[in-house]
Amino acid sequence: MSDWPLWEVFVRSRRGLSHVHAGSLHAPDAAMALRNARDLYTRRQEGVSVWVVPSAEITASSPDERDPFFEPAADKPYRHPTFYELPDGVKNL
Amino acid sequence: MSAALCLGDDALVLSHRLGEWAGHAPVLEEEVALANIALDLLGQARVLLSLEGDEDELAFRREERAFRNVQLVEQPNGDFAHTMARQLYFSVYQELLYERLAAGEGPYAPLAGKAVKEVAYHRDHAEHWTLRLGDGTAESHERMQRGLDALWRYTGELFRPVEGLAEVDWAALHGAWRSRVEDVVGRATLTLPEGSDGSGWSAGGGRQGVHTEPFGRMIAEMQHLHRSHPGATW
Amino acid sequence: MTVITEDPGAANAAFDAAVAADERIEPRDWMPDGYRATLIRQIAQHAHSEIIGMQPEANWITRAPSLRRKAILMAKVQDEAGHGLYLYSAAETLGVGRDELLDKLHAGRQKYSSIFNYPTLTWADVGAIGWLVDGAAIINQVPICRCSYGPYARAMVRICKEESFHQRQGYELLHTLSKGTAEQHAMAQDAVDRWWWPSLMMFGPPDDESAHSAQSMAWKIKRHSNDELRQRFVDICVPQAEILGLTLPDPDLKWNEERGQHDFGAIDWSEFKEVLRGNGPCNEQRISQRRQAHEDGAWVREAAAAYALKHSEES
Repeated sequence: MSDWPLWEVFVRSRRGLSHVHAGSLHAPDAAMALRNARDLYTRRQEGVSVWVVPSAEITASSPDERDPFFEPAADKPYRHPTFYELPDGVKNL
Repeated sequence: MSAALCLGDDALVLSHRLGEWAGHAPVLEEEVALANIALDLLGQARVLLSLEGDEDELAFRREERAFRNVQLVEQPNGDFAHTMARQLYFSVYQELLYERLAAGEGPYAPLAGKAVKEVAYHRDHAEHWTLRLGDGTAESHERMQRGLDALWRYTGELFRPVEGLAEVDWAALHGAWRSRVEDVVGRATLTLPEGSDGSGWSAGGGRQGVHTEPFGRMIAEMQHLHRSHPGATW
Repeated sequence: MTVITEDPGAANAAFDAAVAADERIEPRDWMPDGYRATLIRQIAQHAHSEIIGMQPEANWITRAPSLRRKAILMAKVQDEAGHGLYLYSAAETLGVGRDELLDKLHAGRQKYSSIFNYPTLTWADVGAIGWLVDGAAIINQVPICRCSYGPYARAMVRICKEESFHQRQGYELLHTLSKGTAEQHAMAQDAVDRWWWPSLMMFGPPDDESAHSAQSMAWKIKRHSNDELRQRFVDICVPQAEILGLTLPDPDLKWNEERGQHDFGAIDWSEFKEVLRGNGPCNEQRISQRRQAHEDGAWVREAAAAYALKHSEES
């Protein structure tokens, strides 16, 4: 099985929602990975669409870079609507 | 000979054979895939048999000679290639047949309309494996060819007209089946077997309740518990 | 797998803080070697249990006495293969491949739950496994949904959601038998008699003898002690058995008003240890079937890999 690479599976549970990571599986190629994913991760109608991605193809942020990568966003509260004070009675804003 | 029994027994018996794979599949992902197919077929069988009577009465209380499935589906699993050859021959047939029934106005149109989607997936599964085994290693190629050869003689029976399915043009069905199977087998670097497909042999077949020896043992196992407790509910 | 190298002390502190705050540890986070090893051992054992656990039930697929039961049983055994896959997939996030884990299982170097070394002798055993074995498994597994390791916790959430049908179908099956003919009732009672004690052993050795418990609790891999979960199981089962109209094979089983729990008889741990050691009724059979399936499938896996290699430039 070392010859069967690992694939990450993403499932869209219903129309209107994003694909969400469901887990992984082994398959010899993309076509089989897709079918295995359908069989394994949508046995109970959990999905309407499936993506498979070779695990080796995923580039992830490293935990070492946790701070420099994500901390800058933490001091920009003005990006969030709750940052702003609104006068009483204003609507549709 | 009722069409519901013919189609229902096909699905019931093939489902049973696929169920025998549980715990023996070549890889875990395939355990899941084979069980999916078996469950689809069992679901179809239950609907079809219920059109004819009590599903359990029919599945567990009939004698071997009263079963109407084609001999192809009762053939023992053999190795994985043998099972895939059986799947390829049967699922291509079943998809083409259900497509025609679904398009018609007969009593089986609603069932066929639902089942044809399941069966299309079974066919897809069988085709993918035929390609991989045929065009995989020398060993897999040889095994797949052997499976196709061994089961070839049971394919002719698929195209003997089933009473009550007037909407089906059986000769056309046979032609469509052959070209579809030939295409996949060719792409898999395999060859369609030569020799008789069994369609010319007239001593009877599964549709007349004439089965092969392994079938008797299969239903003995299937029916034993149910028959040991007459009148019990489960 | 890269880990933080500059300051192991700080990494360790971050790990401890995350566990203490009930945050999840994720695959690429730094973690102590012992934590990783414990998880690999436990998740692998869990995954192996799912796939070995297919066998005793698959034993009855071809003999299921009604088409409804047959469909249920096939779906259940299929779920177990699926659960095995979820768990192997969780184990693989720790840097160990499924083939490596399977090799260890086949070589007898990793364990699976001893419960599956008992045979399924009658149809009622399918019911007893659902009610008792899956029931015990659920009690063991629900707390793991909050396990500190993210991928394991997520796999368990999915598994627990699917597992509840397993227990119910078993209970329903036994109930039908118990209320059926005299022979069916006897079959159900016999199955419960045989599966009750092994089910209690599924919670593992008593707390004072459990080798890995304390550290696992500290790491929040484990949330409750073996004895605590075992007691919960007994208390849940007693009223359920009454409704089934079946008895549990323990003369010492009785309600203890003072404790607000049931007292129950002493477990024969020598049997547990024998089965664990490989001397159970089916140890040999289970592993050899698994090994056989794997070996018989080798040419299929090779063929698909060869095909993929040949056709990799196409699509």
